Amino acid sequence: MEWFDNFWAVYSNLVLTLGTNALLALSIYLTLSCGMLAMANAAFMGIGAYTSALVTMNLGLPYPVALAAGMAAPGLMAFIIGKPTLRLSGVYLAMATLAFGEVVRIVVLNAESLTGGALGLNGIPQSTEWWHVGLALLLTVAVLWRLRRSRVGRAFEAIKEDETAAGLMGIDVGAHKMLAFVLGAMIAGLAGTLNAHLTFFIGPNEYGFDRGVDILTMAILGGINSLFGPILGGIMLTVLPELLRGFKDFRLVVNGFILVLIVLFLPKGIWDPARFRQWFSRSSRKGAAA
Amino acid sequence: MLEQQLFNALSLGCVYALFALGFTLIFGVLGVINLSHGAVFMVGAYAAVEAMTLLHLPLWAGLLFSFVFCGVLGLLIDVLVLKPLRARNAPHLIPMIATIGVAIILNNGVQGIFGAQNVRFPSSAVSDDAITLAGLHLTSVELGIILLSFALMAVLIVALKKTQLGRALRAIAESPKAAYLLGINVEGLFYLTSFAAAGLGGVAGVLIGLYSNAVFPLMGQPILHKGIAVIILGGMGDIRGAMLGGLFLGFAEVLSVAYIGSTMRDAVAFGLLFLVLLVRPKGLFGTLQERKV
Repeated sequence: MEWFDNFWAVYSNLVLTLGTNALLALSIYLTLSCGMLAMANAAFMGIGAYTSALVTMNLGLPYPVALAAGMAAPGLMAFIIGKPTLRLSGVYLAMATLAFGEVVRIVVLNAESLTGGALGLNGIPQSTEWWHVGLALLLTVAVLWRLRRSRVGRAFEAIKEDETAAGLMGIDVGAHKMLAFVLGAMIAGLAGTLNAHLTFFIGPNEYGFDRGVDILTMAILGGINSLFGPILGGIMLTVLPELLRGFKDFRLVVNGFILVLIVLFLPKGIWDPARFRQWFSRSSRKGAAA
Repeated sequence: MLEQQLFNALSLGCVYALFALGFTLIFGVLGVINLSHGAVFMVGAYAAVEAMTLLHLPLWAGLLFSFVFCGVLGLLIDVLVLKPLRARNAPHLIPMIATIGVAIILNNGVQGIFGAQNVRFPSSAVSDDAITLAGLHLTSVELGIILLSFALMAVLIVALKKTQLGRALRAIAESPKAAYLLGINVEGLFYLTSFAAAGLGGVAGVLIGLYSNAVFPLMGQPILHKGIAVIILGGMGDIRGAMLGGLFLGFAEVLSVAYIGSTMRDAVAFGLLFLVLLVRPKGLFGTLQERKV
């Protein structure tokens, strides 16, 4: 097991980041599956990270309390801003949520006495074990899986397909959207909490515009027609820059090219069950003909 | 003192408007939120710096070079990335994600070639004499930005309103399919729009590079974020709106720095955007198409 110890010593952070990024991709998948392009997940992640870090550092409370607080705070925030923002749709919702994210970042930047301002928070206890991340991911997937198959999940799908029609069928569109938004915020907060207690340090700029766009890219690239797609996208976007280290200064250029190529050739995401079905049915038809 | 602040706000607002013109043009005609516009803007600044340093071109030639260079770059992005996605009827978020990839390529490519440090325009490029007019300090760059952005806006508005080309573009903005059935060369106009919008982005890059005297690989990102705020404030895809939104943001920022303090300057843009969207979902000057059942 010596090779494993070596591997773990070098790459444990990367492996655990895979887990938190997969969680983030799932958090935006949830709102997308309800037909909302909400891009405040980076901000919710930041709110979770800061809340939980302050709970463990300033209040000295145990880690489970921090986890709960790190999920509750963004959930509450989502509930508060959800009422006015979720009336918006499409690009306008995306922009309002992105703008909210920037406001959060700048408030964090300016609330120096509490958040350390631009210097961030240093010395967060490294309480996150590998199995915390694994368990969090597993539980999230289980909950979302169950949700997809439930009445609520079918309502999400109906809203995504056609909001007006869903409303006419008697689905409470506002409440379902709010549920998706708040749950998504809580998952993002969970990812932020796990991540903050992994990296020792957090700063406001980690949760800005670019992170928000990154999270969306992971989900879209992986494919948002199934639960596995966003996870795959999160893993891809985390591992890819590491694999490309050989390209030195130009590794992100190659990274960008790969992104564009994936989008061009697999516009529905890497993991697209419909395409797989098509492949299988085609091959089976061929088999029948032969 | 207030007059000077207002003048600064005017030039800052024109800076934002200049960037937003191309950005909103692409959205209006192609329906794509082009997140590579910030990177194209940066490439424009670099193109002019290199042309003016290596070939000793004067500023006007640098601007022209940058316009053509970025125009061709925009055309390439359209032909290689956006056109195949149009042909495949990709879902509406997909082109935006593709342009993120393009922005990553451009930003990091330029950083790989020229390094992350600041480059500057040759010092002889513009005279830095300030003109004093009625107690106001105006630099030639600021005057140039203000005049050029208003001129470009006027040209674009007249072109869109009064010419056959403009009517065709507006028809495409309404519905590409219907425009095609009317015999409009939709693909050709998409190319033209990509070329012009990217060229405008390049020119904006040069002017803003001169204005802040700093050209660096990530210079496009902050202005991209502001640009998004501007075109939402102004109403998406609306040329006049881009101008008004830019000016509005410029005034809001400068006045908030003057009266609230500089730390919250960036919060102003996005705080305003957030509030405006809550009160007027279609933006300050835009109109929203309500879906009819």
